[in-house]
Amino acid sequence: MRLHKLTAAAFALGLSAGIALPTLPAMAEDSVYIQLATYRTGPFAGSGIPVANGMADYLNMLNERDGGVNGVKIVVEECETGYDTQKGVECYEQAKSKGTLVFNPYSTGITLQVIPKASVDKIPVLSMAYGLSAAADGNTFPWVFNPPVTYWDGASGIIKHIAEQEGGMENLKGKKIGYIFLDAGYGREPIPLLEGMANDYGFELVQYPVPGKEMQNQASQWLNVRRDRPDYMVMWGWGAMNPTAVKEAAKIRFPMDKFIGIWWSGGEDDARAGGEGAKGYKTLNFNGVGTDFPAIQDIKTLLVDTGKSQVDPEKLGENLYNRGVMNAVLMAEAIRVAQEKTGKTVITSEDMRIGLENLNIDDARLAEIGLSGFMSPLSTNCEEHSGHHAMYVQQWNGEAWEKASDWFEPMTDKVKPLLAAAAEEYKTSNAPWPERAEACAN
Amino acid sequence: MDFLYSILIDPFVQMVELPDFLLQVLWEGFVAGVLYALIALGFVLIFKASGVFNFAQGIMVVFAGLTLVGLHEKGVPAYLALILTIGVMGLLALAVERFVMRPLVNQPDIILLMSTIGLTYFLIGFGEFIFGGEPKQMITEELGLPTGSTAFEIGDGGLLILQHIDVAAAVIAIIMVGMLAIFFNKTRIGRALRAVADDHQAALSVGISLNQIWAIVWFAAGIVALTTGIMWGARSDVSFALEIIALKALPVLILGGFTSIPGAIVGGLIIGIGEKIGEIYWGPLVGGGIESWLAYMIALIFLLFRPQGLFGERIIERV
Repeated sequence: MRLHKLTAAAFALGLSAGIALPTLPAMAEDSVYIQLATYRTGPFAGSGIPVANGMADYLNMLNERDGGVNGVKIVVEECETGYDTQKGVECYEQAKSKGTLVFNPYSTGITLQVIPKASVDKIPVLSMAYGLSAAADGNTFPWVFNPPVTYWDGASGIIKHIAEQEGGMENLKGKKIGYIFLDAGYGREPIPLLEGMANDYGFELVQYPVPGKEMQNQASQWLNVRRDRPDYMVMWGWGAMNPTAVKEAAKIRFPMDKFIGIWWSGGEDDARAGGEGAKGYKTLNFNGVGTDFPAIQDIKTLLVDTGKSQVDPEKLGENLYNRGVMNAVLMAEAIRVAQEKTGKTVITSEDMRIGLENLNIDDARLAEIGLSGFMSPLSTNCEEHSGHHAMYVQQWNGEAWEKASDWFEPMTDKVKPLLAAAAEEYKTSNAPWPERAEACAN
Repeated sequence: MDFLYSILIDPFVQMVELPDFLLQVLWEGFVAGVLYALIALGFVLIFKASGVFNFAQGIMVVFAGLTLVGLHEKGVPAYLALILTIGVMGLLALAVERFVMRPLVNQPDIILLMSTIGLTYFLIGFGEFIFGGEPKQMITEELGLPTGSTAFEIGDGGLLILQHIDVAAAVIAIIMVGMLAIFFNKTRIGRALRAVADDHQAALSVGISLNQIWAIVWFAAGIVALTTGIMWGARSDVSFALEIIALKALPVLILGGFTSIPGAIVGGLIIGIGEKIGEIYWGPLVGGGIESWLAYMIALIFLLFRPQGLFGERIIERV
């Protein structure tokens, strides 16, 4: 009798497992799974949709064109976060249970929440040019990657560009630089660096926080800007905050060529909303814009023209779409490197970490993958998970973004010691922070 | 002493030193107040006639704006799109009355509130399903609304910049309030609405149809939502972020009273101007960003003296 009960229990367990199995993504032997945490709904969808399209399209194009990476298909699945930290953590847990190779939070708030989990769960976190700047320190954060640049690099790049306009760093003394930002983890991230630089170079930093609920109601912040008369305005905006800020700046007649956004404030729709008044608005960038790249053309032929992509054909090649493509390039290249390093074709998330830590996308490789000139050559290693790579300034001409500078390096000499100190501080305030146990495979 | 000076004296010195800037702040506050009042009006209309706090008013603003722009994107001329959107808001009102309100007649207020929360989530999902989540640009010029700005020189090099769209918003809001006042006071349906607001049962006993009245107020709230959507959309864009803006109406309602149209207008203006003055002249003392809670502070201070709101009805219940 007892045996019967055990058999019945085992049968029930087997049955429930059988029922549970189909909920996992269908994966063949020669496939790997990547979850993309995206947001196609909510107040940040304007920025989230093009990035999500770009990421999914590049990976799906590799599946269509090459059968994946070295014959291993990439099973892509999106998880909607709505840019909400709690939902993002739920997506992370789901990604973990489904065996994702890597987690892309696409939100600094979510990144900060999953950083302590990543080393425990052994899932690498790829926060491409966002998240915790100090995570560039590979010895402290072996499971977190933020190439090609950190927010602190971005802040230093903007200050460098302003200094260039003024004729040298010494001319920053006495200047007033306004900083308008989304009052969240994302917008607050570069403040320590900007304050440090204000101290070092003698400029005044005036802060204008924009609460999340007031993104489309920035009249007060811009009235303050009008009264304070800063020489330059720097912006860390996202979602609906960007087009509103551009419109408000134009409204108070702020000189737009002195208004410089971070790379996440440079969507076409962000600037387009300002109409004629937005002409001259600048942002940083680290990826190419447009469709004049063979890989983007492949996406067009294989996905867009065949109705397999969600992107509006007119928006193919726009800045944030291409940003998503670049994010997917980093993932695909990391898979390839991990396959080489481990000798396996179907890799695990632990192998993926090795891949992300050994990226080396040089000009020759960019040409091979059909993206010559799309980004500056990029590499990572065990100590350096960002690389502090080159960026450029783009300017809105009323209809499209134009390159307004050559590629230039951030002020790495300034930023790196500060990042090291910030990593130490993170370790102390999150003690006991685990020492790096992962061997270096460089 | 310095601290007291910075709170009690310095802001007023700034106001006197830069009168053009003060005028600009007052103007921006006035425009914001008009827009808050428009949102609050939508709430008041429905609360007045049915006692329901319509949590869905914010998403109705987004839905109306998206329908207008969405239809235009599909090739419908702007004015036809406007008429069709009014039609869509009418259909929405009928559907809400038939499928949400009618089955819940005589249910406690909290049930009706919950049903409007459900309606909010339905409209978010339905809106995203039909129009997608991407923000859209308002068809300001196509609708014949003015764009651009005019600058007035004031005093010694001072400047007051008026955006034409803001002037239009103020004028349209005033016309809309005037029309609503005439509708409520001079028409038969308006009088019926007021009768329902005063006493449901008494209104029913003299032959007024509750269902018809509810459909009419939801339609009127839909028209107000469409106007608000056009005006806010022209200032930034039409996106689901606008839904949060509707929360700005809450302190306006607390201040003006939930049942008073003049209350919504005066409350909107007090909150709009008050929060701008507060943020600009006192905000920097605490690092800025005080606007979002200052509105509630202003409302609470008024409530200390008038618990029923500025124009709200005093409810005296005998026990």
